[in-house]
Formats: sequence, C-alpha cells, structure tokens
Amino acid sequence: MAGVSDEELKNMTQEERVTALGMRTDQLTGLAMRIEFDPDEVERFEYPWAPEVDFNKRTELDVDDMTSTEVNQKIRALMQEGYGTIVIKNPRGKHSLGVGILTRLRLIFEGSLGYFGVGLIDGPNVTINGRVGWSCGENMLAGTIVVEKNAGSTFGAAIRGGDLVSRGSVGSRTGIDQKGGTILVGGDTGALTGFMMQRGRMVICGNAGKNLGDSMYDGTIYIGGEIQSLGVDAVPAELTDLDKAWLTRKLTQYGLMPDKGVDHFQKIVAGRQLWNYDNLEPSEKKIIL
Amino acid sequence: MAGTQYRGSELTDVDQFLTDKEGLESEREKEIGQHIGYRYDVNLVPDYDRITPFLKKYMEVMGWDDLNWLEDIHMGYEDGAPAVFDRNNNGWVSIPDTIELPDNQQDRDMIARELLIKFQMSDRHPLVALRKAYMKF
Repeated sequence: MAGVSDEELKNMTQEERVTALGMRTDQLTGLAMRIEFDPDEVERFEYPWAPEVDFNKRTELDVDDMTSTEVNQKIRALMQEGYGTIVIKNPRGKHSLGVGILTRLRLIFEGSLGYFGVGLIDGPNVTINGRVGWSCGENMLAGTIVVEKNAGSTFGAAIRGGDLVSRGSVGSRTGIDQKGGTILVGGDTGALTGFMMQRGRMVICGNAGKNLGDSMYDGTIYIGGEIQSLGVDAVPAELTDLDKAWLTRKLTQYGLMPDKGVDHFQKIVAGRQLWNYDNLEPSEKKIIL
Repeated sequence: MAGTQYRGSELTDVDQFLTDKEGLESEREKEIGQHIGYRYDVNLVPDYDRITPFLKKYMEVMGWDDLNWLEDIHMGYEDGAPAVFDRNNNGWVSIPDTIELPDNQQDRDMIARELLIKFQMSDRHPLVALRKAYMKF
C-alpha cells in the first residue's frame, strides 16, 4: 500500500485500486484473524478520512430547485469546505435527504422530509423542524435525529446506534429489526412496534398499538401509556433504579420528560422463547468449516 | 421442543466467561455443545457516574449530551478472554493482558468504549484500507 499515493488511487478504477493495494495477493494461510487493542493508541475522535468541520462555521442552503442527489452532494462539498452547521431550507418533502453522512455535523432541515430521510448516518446531529415520511433514520449508526412533529411508519428501521427522536406520534412498525440505539417517541406509536427487535432501547411516552414487541429477540421497550396488546414473546419486566435514572436522563435531554415522572413506565423485554438452537447447528458448522 | 421455553443459562457473575471459557451450564447447552445467547447483558444501560475523561471529551467533540451509540458497547468475552465487538470490522477485538479489569461490568464497559473509539479512529483499523480500495465517492 505504501507504494501507491492517494492521488494515483483516485485515478484508478475500483478493480485497479484493489490490485494496487495488494488485496489480491495477500497471503491468507497462517494469517491470524485475532486483532488486539493498542493501549497506547493516539487519541483521536473522528475517522482518519473525515473532513475537518467547525460547528461555528454555518451556512444556509435553499434546495427548492435541487434534486435529492444534488442536495446530498452539496452537503458533502460544504463539509469539505469546513462547514459544521448547515441549514437546509425548503426541503419540501424530498426523499433520501441527508443520507450517508459519516462524521460530526449539525444539520438543520427547515421543513419536512419524505421517505428514507437521514438514513445510514454515523455521527451528525440532525434537527427536522417538520414531519418525516417512512423510514426516517433507517440503518442509522450514530448521532442524533430530532423530528419536531410526527413521523411515518418504520421510523428507525434497522437502527444500530444513536438517538432517534420524534416529539409527535409515529406510524406502525417503529424500530422494526432494531439492532441498537435509542428511539424516543413523545406521542403514540402504531401496530407492531419493535417487531423483530434484537437490541437497543425504545421509549414511547404515549400509547402503543397492537402486537408491541412482536417476535423481539432482545432489547428493551419502555412504554408510558397503554399497550393495546403485546406481541409474541414480549413480556413485562421490572423497572429498575438504573432504568429510571437512564429514562430520566434521556427524556430530560430531549425535553420529553412527562410531568408525572418515569415511575409509571412499563418495561417490556423478550421472553426468550424464540431463541431456537438446533441440535444440528454445531455439526453443520463443523461441516461447513 | 424449540420455541416453547428459554433453555439457556443465566448470567451470574462478572467473571463467568473468564473462568468458564465454554459457558455450557444448562442441559440444553451441554446437549448442543454451544453457549446460548450473549455472554454479557446487552440490555445493561450505562451508569454515567462511571464515565471516563476520554469519553467525556469524545461526547464534547461530537456535540452529544450522552454516550450515544456507545450505550450499546459492552465488554464481552470471547474464548475465555475479554474482547469488544467492533461493528466496523464485524469481529471481536481483544483486550490486551496489560489492562487490568475492574470488578464490575459498568467500569469494564467504559474501558471497552474508550478502547473501541481509539481503535476505530486509528490508521491501523481495517476499514482504512478497505475504504481506499472500495469507496464509491
């Protein structure tokens, strides 16, 4: 890798880059897969390739006449110029805005977003002053998204990390396939919330629709209101002091703390009845390996 | 029959998987020869009284009021040794022997978070080379 400069790599096709970096000729035999942390690693808080941005460097962007792709490319270009706070005006419900941002940034949308808004992000703090359509924050890895009004269905689908907040109510299948992170809803949530949830936390201040936590494998759902019905293998659990402290901290942070506190919240977890381990599984693994 | 009851074992001690590498406690685990489920409590929420100065600084740089995605990071145990799962690498990263483990999971989790950040942001992380080769834009 040392023999190829970044400039040379930029002018190559992906195939050429892979070859130039020696990835086709790596000797894999005998190579240990074990990786160990280095306790003396240099302190760094952002990815090595991330553009250096300054939160105090602010700009506004009117996207009325731009396509979603143009908006996303412009956001990247502004980040390369060091802008750390970007205000997007007139988003007008366009789909897939603000996706794939992999470093810190303050991104403010003055208006509503369409489907798949700010998905796949890893770090930015996003505020949306309007509403959002389906799958806002899908596959989010880190950062915060605060939606000031209501959100559509599959809010935070497959989220892996970070905080996703709607101050209003959200549609059905909130946090479907959630694998981490926290989803907070100030109002109500629809049917099948937490469907196939695997990890992470969900806090609903209002009521939940039918089949809450259906087929959840792990994770925790906190509900402040009423539950229409629990799904398969979703069971109540005891709200501990640590849970209460965490809930108080999180809800206060986003200005969602109910007047009556957090003592009334119900905690729902997986009953672990669906954790199936077949006799054949280990032997099948051995055959494959 | 599968799917009618939980047949794994329970987490009882912070050093459980350091002293018992296989972790086969329940009848079912012994029968199938593998541990069922995680080797740490994935649902344990962080105790913010135990946060380290490095993590405080990280939160400040990122503009977050809490640990954010790191709330899901815990110290796990792989092959009888402490390790942390790195989602960017899709694999476990071991804790070196030189690091002394505290006697509780909360403090261990804070160490795991700090080490993971330092590794992910370093030039030796596998994602650096992969990004050079495969990045789209």
